[in-house]
Amino acid sequence: MAALINVPAKARRGDVIEIRALTSHIMETGFRHTADGKLVPRDIITSFPCRYNGAEIFRADLFPAIAANPYLSFFTVAKESGKFEFEWIGDNGYSSTASASITVE
Amino acid sequence: MPTTRRQFLSLAAGVTAAGTLPIVTLRPLQATPAMLNGAIRNLVGEAPVRTGRVKLDIPPLVENGNTVPMTVSVASPMTADDHVKSIHVFNEKNPQPNIGNFYLGPSSGRPQVSTRIRLADTQKVVAIARLSDDTFWQVSAEIVVTLAACTEEMN
Repeated sequence: MAALINVPAKARRGDVIEIRALTSHIMETGFRHTADGKLVPRDIITSFPCRYNGAEIFRADLFPAIAANPYLSFFTVAKESGKFEFEWIGDNGYSSTASASITVE
Repeated sequence: MPTTRRQFLSLAAGVTAAGTLPIVTLRPLQATPAMLNGAIRNLVGEAPVRTGRVKLDIPPLVENGNTVPMTVSVASPMTADDHVKSIHVFNEKNPQPNIGNFYLGPSSGRPQVSTRIRLADTQKVVAIARLSDDTFWQVSAEIVVTLAACTEEMN
């Protein structure tokens, strides 16, 4: 699935940087019905870990109250050059990943 | 027959008892303030939850409950021994009381999280931060929702 990641390409060591991540997902709540009364089964992303050079720096547990195409923005300290890895884990074995690199001077 | 004082008192007691009876309405698609409190107790246990330090930025009036921008920030120096461990957001009247849990650490630098949420009704949203000394701080906001999310029919 398509993901939009926004991480600064460059930062100075010790800077606090913002990371923004958006992915496309229906986030079906499991509380809606079709016009003929059938319950639409739940299909949401339940977990979003973010790793920075292998170490987890942020994680979110998501519930049906998170809007479709979940957007998350959070912060971290730029410590070293390397890679941010993002993962979206959800119902029915859903998994999707993305990554972004940063140069720290 | 004139009403005696005893009869009057028993009648009054009956009315009072009826007045305090819990009004049970079956609304399976809506969390209740009790569910909100339950969800908060699940998180904090017996610990007291103090008001303050947490800031919740959310529009007071939203036209479309399907996507409501929300930012939670906490006043914290974010050092190794004084930082925010996690931020938890709850609601009062969505089908489910949880909105999201966000886990941070001293390397987060700034204790702030933004996302977009769904609100099924005009209601209260509560944000609770757990600090590294295991104290809990909360803030709540009332949001008026014109067009509800979550339970509408699928087309």
